[in-house]
Amino acid sequence: MTIFLNTILIGLNSGAIYSLMSLALVLVWRSTRVVNFAAAGQAILSTYLGYEAMNRFHNYWLSLPVAVIAGALISALVEALVMRPLAKRTKGTPVEAIAPVIATLGVLGLIRSLAGMIWGNTFLQYTSPLSSMGFKIGHTTIPFSPQNAAIVIGSVVVMAIFAAIFKFTRLGLSLRAASFQPEISRLSGVRVDRMRTIGWAFAGAAGAVAGALVTPTMFLSPNSLDLLLVTGFVAAVIGGLESLVGAVVGGLVLGLGFAFILQYIGSSIIFSAAFVILIAVLLIRPQGIFGARSSREA
Amino acid sequence: MKHKSPLQRFALSIVVGAVLLLASGHIDELRAYQGAQIAIFAIAIASIVLLTGYSGQISLGHGALMAIGGYASVIAQIHWHLPYPLAFIVGTAIGALAGFLLGIAAARLRGPYLAGTTLALAVGLPSLANQFHILGGEQGLTFDVGTAPPWIGKEFSQYRWFFWVCVTAALAIFWLLRNLLSTRYGRRWRAVRSNPTAAALSGIDVGRAKVLAFTLSSAVAGLAGSLFAMLLGLVAPLAFTLTLSFTLVTGAVLAGVSNLGGSIVGAVVLVAIPELSGSIAAHLGGSEKVTSNLPGVITGVLLILTVLFAPNGPKLPHRKR
Amino acid sequence: MTLQLSNVKVAHGAITAIDDLTFTINEGELVTIIGSNGAGKTSLLRAISGLLPVEHGSMSWRGESIVGKRPEDLVRKGIVHVSEGKAVIPELTVSENLQLGGIWRKDRADVASATQMALDLFPRLAERMSQGADTLSGGERQMLAIGRAIVARPQLLLLDEPSLGLAPLVIDQIFAAIDSLRRSLGITVVLVEQNALSALRIADRGIIINLGKLVATGASADLMNDPALRSAYLGY
Repeated sequence: MTIFLNTILIGLNSGAIYSLMSLALVLVWRSTRVVNFAAAGQAILSTYLGYEAMNRFHNYWLSLPVAVIAGALISALVEALVMRPLAKRTKGTPVEAIAPVIATLGVLGLIRSLAGMIWGNTFLQYTSPLSSMGFKIGHTTIPFSPQNAAIVIGSVVVMAIFAAIFKFTRLGLSLRAASFQPEISRLSGVRVDRMRTIGWAFAGAAGAVAGALVTPTMFLSPNSLDLLLVTGFVAAVIGGLESLVGAVVGGLVLGLGFAFILQYIGSSIIFSAAFVILIAVLLIRPQGIFGARSSREA
Repeated sequence: MKHKSPLQRFALSIVVGAVLLLASGHIDELRAYQGAQIAIFAIAIASIVLLTGYSGQISLGHGALMAIGGYASVIAQIHWHLPYPLAFIVGTAIGALAGFLLGIAAARLRGPYLAGTTLALAVGLPSLANQFHILGGEQGLTFDVGTAPPWIGKEFSQYRWFFWVCVTAALAIFWLLRNLLSTRYGRRWRAVRSNPTAAALSGIDVGRAKVLAFTLSSAVAGLAGSLFAMLLGLVAPLAFTLTLSFTLVTGAVLAGVSNLGGSIVGAVVLVAIPELSGSIAAHLGGSEKVTSNLPGVITGVLLILTVLFAPNGPKLPHRKR
Repeated sequence: MTLQLSNVKVAHGAITAIDDLTFTINEGELVTIIGSNGAGKTSLLRAISGLLPVEHGSMSWRGESIVGKRPEDLVRKGIVHVSEGKAVIPELTVSENLQLGGIWRKDRADVASATQMALDLFPRLAERMSQGADTLSGGERQMLAIGRAIVARPQLLLLDEPSLGLAPLVIDQIFAAIDSLRRSLGITVVLVEQNALSALRIADRGIIINLGKLVATGASADLMNDPALRSAYLGY
């Protein structure tokens, strides 16, 4: 029973991080119909900037907003400087679908190498004041540390903020409308180009939160978030790529699934399992487990 | 080249091959190594061009398919004691098998999903090596094909020999692919790429054509991976990173995605980038950080700029097809 | 003199949709644009609202050129376009669709009163405010699309085939609503229709176009009584 509960805690922790990366991908997909492979690069660069801020202020909590704002700005810049001109140039050509994929790949490669150039390809420590040692209950230590708690709480806060913005504000309505029906939105006075950039900025912020929260539990290097890109993508696909709620649920499903596989089967099949899940979902239910229906929810 | 017969192409390959191989006697070890690298990259890029340029599917994971081919060759040599030419064939065949399985899934996936799936493969597959003992973990497995056979000459250096092997393989592959693309398979793939619906209506089994293209492309990538393992002398997760997949996609984009001949240009550029950035870094008096990351920066910038300003590939003087 | 087009040419890729078209629509008029399928009616509306670029010629609204302006800016100048095919966003609720119409407006009190006006005109929408727009019938969707335009406080309302695919009874309701709308607000309306007779009944004038060119223009009654036009373009 204890093992079972512990496994759930581990799953919630990784699920929270997967959800954030999945949100980052879904937010971009909704605003511009692009799977943003640069998301991992944007998140790592924001995390490095958070790391720099921590070295300056000696305060992890102050470095978090720095990382988040950096993440939003980097993502908005990528959209405005690369993706928007690219969409205009390739519109109606045979490479319309492939070009953005390749461009985001280029941005990912560029950012990873730039980060390596600035901070080196070594492992850095971005430390949080919270302990990474598990809580003690009685005499047993559970595999859930104060930093893990921060990860889960931080993710929930971010998701709550997003949900509130999308559901209750005019900006949120504009963002949703622009992603569903750009033309009708323009005819209603929504500045769709601006909404796309804002969608990317939100996505960048979500990725930065993921990076800055998870890195203290591991290490920081230019490619330390690459695997998160894959799990985030799988989570997003499980959720249907279109729905914000789906993105979060997809992340949790994957996090819990991995935790149970690790606990009861072993680490050797994690990657294969992820890959099989991905292909299975894509082939059996390409619209995701939650399909079209939940897209209206948020 | 369009109007040449297979025989003429064959003759051309022989001539080009002979010139290159004779020239190899006059270059140093580093250039021979780079020459072999160009040949390998050209094969790998051609495998992507075959897939993307001719059947309209996208793969960001060809680095992983190269890894599959490479590991298969090495394991065939170590465990089945096959001579290396046969090991290469095993690598190619296993690559084809992996591509067939992937292709079945891929034929049903729309662009972004396929891109993501293949990227997942590129990121995740190398990590499998750490999980299974037979794959040798982080250190990988060594691949020793030995020196040049005695009949070819005594003073024949190792890299010169690799250069010979790779150039011969590249010429053979290009000859095969060029001929294949002018058969009905090539025409079917082009039809599938330019308009899948019309292709289906005119009786082409679109799904089958796509799976076949993926299988063939992966076979070619598997061979490139085997040759790559030979050149490096080993297979290891670090040899087949996400960066390798990036590099290949960059090469294909530079090659102009639907231009088989462009693969060679792409390969030359890919090998030239580290060389070039090495000398730039030396000029800047850069640290190890700069030197080791400059190629990545250049590749990334090149990829972005090419997509932005020449999304159909650089305007090489290329034939209408 | 409020909406003026002179020698306007609009292309759709390689195809010329509108060729050398000149006309004027006066403040407060309801003018219907009639023509068969592919006559260029939709392209014309899309050009006026900024969705399609104008190749050649000039267009002005209240003396100001609107060539090259973007739709989201033209909305702020009072030009509101209800595009073809029940232009609602099915993923949003009825209430959100209406809200979207006034999303750019600062005067929230007036947005509220305009929304109320839309609901008074189409009471069926009021009953369905929290439902998804995808649950509405075709007629209700068209009402919602027009309702959204009302919330934007249009000065020039462009309607593209509001009767398309609707049952005759519902068509009558929609046309009655359009008629009462322009009477109570005094706005200018350009109504594109294939259903020529219904449109001419509520319109002041009609403009008949064919293959992108002007065929005839005149008061509704005159057009309806011209036997040649009747058989060729009005279809009865």
